[in-house]
Amino acid sequence: MTIQANKQASLSLTRSDIEDFLFYEASLLDSWQLEDWLILFVEGAQYWVPPAGADDLVDPASTLFYVADDYFRLTERVKRLGKKTAHVEWPKSKCRHMVSNVRILDGTEDEFHVTSNFVTYRSKGGVTETYLGHHNYTLCLVDSEIKITKKVSFLDVDNINDQGKVSIII
Amino acid sequence: MSASEAEIIVEPYIRESQNKSYFQVNRRVFVDDNILAREERKIFDKCWLYIGHESEIPKPGDFLTRDVGGRELIFARGVDGLARAFFNSCPHRGALVCREKQGNDKMFRCMYHAWSFDLGGKLISRPEDERYHSEGIDGIHDLVQVSQLEDYRGLYFINYDANAIDLKTYLSGAIEYIDLTIDQSEVGMEIVGGTQEYGFEANWKLLVENSFDGYHGMPTHATYFDYLIAGGGQLGDNGTTVNEARDLGNGHAVIEYGAPWGRPVAKPVAAWGVQGEADTASLRAGLEKRFGKERADRIAYHNFNMLIFPNLVINNIMAITLRTFFPQSANKQHVKAWALAPSDESEVMRERRLYNFLEFLGPGGFATPDDCEALKMCQQGYRNLTYTAWNDISKGLGENEQINTDEEQMRVFWREWDRRMQGDSL
Repeated sequence: MTIQANKQASLSLTRSDIEDFLFYEASLLDSWQLEDWLILFVEGAQYWVPPAGADDLVDPASTLFYVADDYFRLTERVKRLGKKTAHVEWPKSKCRHMVSNVRILDGTEDEFHVTSNFVTYRSKGGVTETYLGHHNYTLCLVDSEIKITKKVSFLDVDNINDQGKVSIII
Repeated sequence: MSASEAEIIVEPYIRESQNKSYFQVNRRVFVDDNILAREERKIFDKCWLYIGHESEIPKPGDFLTRDVGGRELIFARGVDGLARAFFNSCPHRGALVCREKQGNDKMFRCMYHAWSFDLGGKLISRPEDERYHSEGIDGIHDLVQVSQLEDYRGLYFINYDANAIDLKTYLSGAIEYIDLTIDQSEVGMEIVGGTQEYGFEANWKLLVENSFDGYHGMPTHATYFDYLIAGGGQLGDNGTTVNEARDLGNGHAVIEYGAPWGRPVAKPVAAWGVQGEADTASLRAGLEKRFGKERADRIAYHNFNMLIFPNLVINNIMAITLRTFFPQSANKQHVKAWALAPSDESEVMRERRLYNFLEFLGPGGFATPDDCEALKMCQQGYRNLTYTAWNDISKGLGENEQINTDEEQMRVFWREWDRRMQGDSL
């Protein structure tokens, strides 16, 4: 516990602080407030979804991901999902993002790492799809506010034959 | 033939007017389980089906497991360096002998009774072997090899029919476009970074049509073109004026056209900057040295979407994707998709390629999910087929020249599909 305590001391944030932030993020995604969600990211941030079953060290430079957005494309993804011509999400699906098992791994206020488990439900046209896995976040404090510099969402499943797509922000 | 099959054959699958004014496909072909069962026998058991690329099993002992045409296969490279395809079923009780997606090993051992097989499929050991007295009964305790396995320039295909014509004859005019793809590199091509596997609720033939449907581009993918413009791209900046649809024989067909996106082989876009221009100019010069100006231009600037009948798609667009898909039922399919790239590609160009791939293609791309949605909507619309029975595939019929937004390429597929379903075989 000493090590854990040291980490938190150097960070001056508790797990509850982090959970509040992650739960707020989930609520924005549940209500499709994607422009507000994008504000949680620093400029230059990255958003990745590696292929199903990938391990934590996987790299989009050599592996075929589902999503490997730099900040430009993340911004464009948010714009796209706001349009009626993003057909797969029009009419909008209903989503519910569950977040648990939150742990602060290491770091300082300039850069710290957090992991959480997730189950995200997407429901549309009478079908409910389940996405499950874990998020790895790289976070930082900007003017005492938590911001995301990188979010990687790992799908801990064999394949996505049942879900078919990663059309929502999981 | 069951009574229900006899009944469906009475109703034509396709109807084409003599005066070339319409071409229609019966919507039952997308929903009927009897038609699916017939497809399994008449098409998937008779045609050459893509199993994988040589780069996926480069070394002796490399193997992967893959379902191809509804069968569970092992694709493995032996100690002799030869690739083989086996049915992944133990000759003893039928269990899957290999349960990993891929790996490297000296043998396959069945988990059930520990029968073990070498990379050539031969039984090499089993517990209490002395209790068997099957000497002289050749091979009945070995893994069963698929009837035919052949490759063309690193693309491996299997055929479950021992009497099928050879692969190269089968590929016919598709050879020209495979060559245009593989010729991008002097040293060879490779699959990059794994397989995308996803599924959705639409008949497999809808993805055949969609994979080379130039007509749907703007309406279905408006958000992708918005994104291209936001990135500094210009619509109309195509590098070529070619625009045609071609029948390649044996049910294969292609559309070939210019497009505004960047191509890692040698067409830069603004987002790649000055360095991108220099990099593509150097690649372009290399192509010209090897093939002369005309062919180099074609390799660099021409996009194509090609179907190799029945279900291998090679789309050489902002990246190269290989895609194959098989029915799980009449209204559900599983897709496997790969990125193909020059093995000697620079790190920065490889990065641009994968960036390009993901912006359009795959489950998280800006386009593929909307395609899948469109096909799901078709499948749902077919619930009305009793009263709205026919799909229209007439666009371009009666025109002298077939362009990429016409539907001739789909008619090529449907004519061959219909011919094979009626009972002829190649």
